[in-house]
Amino acid sequence: MLKDLFGKKRKFATVPSETLARVPASTDASKEAGTKEKEVPEGLMNKCPHCGTIHYSKDLEKNLRVCKGCQFHYSMSAPERLQSLLDEGVLTEEFDANLIASNPLGFPDYLEKLEQDMANTNLNEAIITGEGLLGGNRIVIGVMDSRFRMASMGSVVGEKITRAIEQAIERRLPFILFSASGGARMQEGVLSLMQMAKTSAALSRLDRERLLFVSVMTNPTYGGVSASFSSLGDYNIAEPGAMIGFAGRRVIEQTIRQELPKDFQTAEFLLKNGQLDMVVHRKDMRQTLSKLVEMHTSREGVEIWQANSPLKSH
Amino acid sequence: MAGELPFEKPLVELQDKIKELRRFTEEKGIDFSDEVKRLEQKAKELAEQIYGNLTPWQRVQLARHPERPTTLDYIQLLFTDFIEVHGDRLYGDDHSIVGGIAKLDGRPVTVIGHQKGKDTKDNIKRNFGMAHPEGYRKALRIMQQADKFGRPIICFINTSGAYPGKAAEERGQSEAIARNLREMATFRVPIICIVIGEGGSGGALAISVGNRIYMLENSYYSVIAPESAAAILWRDSSLGMRAAESMKITAPDLLALGVIDGIIDEPFGGAHRDLIAQATAVKTVIAEQLEQLGRLSPDELIQDRYEKFKRIGEYASL
Repeated sequence: MLKDLFGKKRKFATVPSETLARVPASTDASKEAGTKEKEVPEGLMNKCPHCGTIHYSKDLEKNLRVCKGCQFHYSMSAPERLQSLLDEGVLTEEFDANLIASNPLGFPDYLEKLEQDMANTNLNEAIITGEGLLGGNRIVIGVMDSRFRMASMGSVVGEKITRAIEQAIERRLPFILFSASGGARMQEGVLSLMQMAKTSAALSRLDRERLLFVSVMTNPTYGGVSASFSSLGDYNIAEPGAMIGFAGRRVIEQTIRQELPKDFQTAEFLLKNGQLDMVVHRKDMRQTLSKLVEMHTSREGVEIWQANSPLKSH
Repeated sequence: MAGELPFEKPLVELQDKIKELRRFTEEKGIDFSDEVKRLEQKAKELAEQIYGNLTPWQRVQLARHPERPTTLDYIQLLFTDFIEVHGDRLYGDDHSIVGGIAKLDGRPVTVIGHQKGKDTKDNIKRNFGMAHPEGYRKALRIMQQADKFGRPIICFINTSGAYPGKAAEERGQSEAIARNLREMATFRVPIICIVIGEGGSGGALAISVGNRIYMLENSYYSVIAPESAAAILWRDSSLGMRAAESMKITAPDLLALGVIDGIIDEPFGGAHRDLIAQATAVKTVIAEQLEQLGRLSPDELIQDRYEKFKRIGEYASL
């Protein structure tokens, strides 16, 4: 249990020392935790969970939250992501910010947990959607935020993504979605499962309208999110080291009773197995996406080809 | 009674006792008929009490019953001229999903379903009804063909979930499921889905994007197997019963949540007690719904499916 507590913590960007201090001295984790407590002053600094490099939080933010030592990509909040990508750093229009989850199954403690996450993140749900400018081109974009219920997909996330896709169709704009999610939201049960079908059906319309969809998978992208819109990009991109899969590693190990390779379900593993188009470093993300959008929206280019196409006369 | 479930035990014991008394009457010539009558009445009441008030967990057990009718059972009873087809043309043939063409009352349809085994050997061949990516890709190929030739698609859902294995991940389990969800939304033919046993998460959904979705009375449909939900929520997979009770996974729950279109009654004690009656009830629903959907144009069918899923979900506005 305590080990789990410790493991969980490593996913977060900052290492608040007060939480570490709560680990009793008698556990295995305490030694490591104790050292960390000494090394990393609260909020000011971060220790990379992979290589141990210590960063000033400010430096880390300047470096797009990528470790200078080992290039480990820390999680980004949705506002941070938008800031790092869009012209002006913000959306020109946000969609459906007022949608909030209800408790359709009457699940105990669910509303309290939602309220907590709302207070901690200043968000109403686990995704921000809207229109923005990328390299001068208009796009519709959605960014999931793993600080909110592990960005699990419930009714609101499914609905916001679906509406964003419908907006992309109406405005005839490319759609870019940054995934980061533990999967379907347990507390909304089968309604969460159905959001997979809803969002995918919306993407079939985008597809029919011949509009661009770029899916960017960030750490982690699992379960029902991985098995729906995230895998359906015209281009499927991932950040280095992002963990992506359908079933979790532990579940698979328990099922097949073998140890899995070290790189199992990493972005690089998926690339090797033909599941991704490319793995893109965060510092190159903006440029890569801008280029992709530009190549699909430059009507001039398309028309030139159409004018010269031998098919056109038929 | 073979394959009895724990909650059926009192009833089985009572029925055994009645049998014993009858035998005693025959062998020893002592008249126990009054006692037998009394016990039979009691057995009837007990059966009503047990099967009339099934808990979600008991329904899950019935949905997983080893003798529960499978997709191939229904195909055999509902259709004629079934021709099974094989393979995804990419990697292999997944026996945990079966499919092909058949005739329903003389008209061609495409049928697909998860297939669980009838015994241990068959179950190993069928991977206990848990598909790999090639299973979903086979299903997609068969559905695309149905779309091409204008045949309605009937899907039977019965899986505890997609197989959580190494090879499945390597070959793109997520992509295979996701693609089915997107493509099923585009087909210009009616799609009817019937959950006949377990409706386990993405593995079930991958062949369930239908214009109509029906569930058998004692089937379940869930975002995750109850045991796995318990493992995630409370870190204890033995709390599957608690998860089943709180996650709203039974047919009446899904009807109330607006996910399914109707419930197909089961014979007293479960589908396996009377396969013919069950198959007849399923066929009636399929025939009725095909009749209705047959009036829609291809574009209306696509629109109908889109709106069906667009409506699902509950949220509020600030």
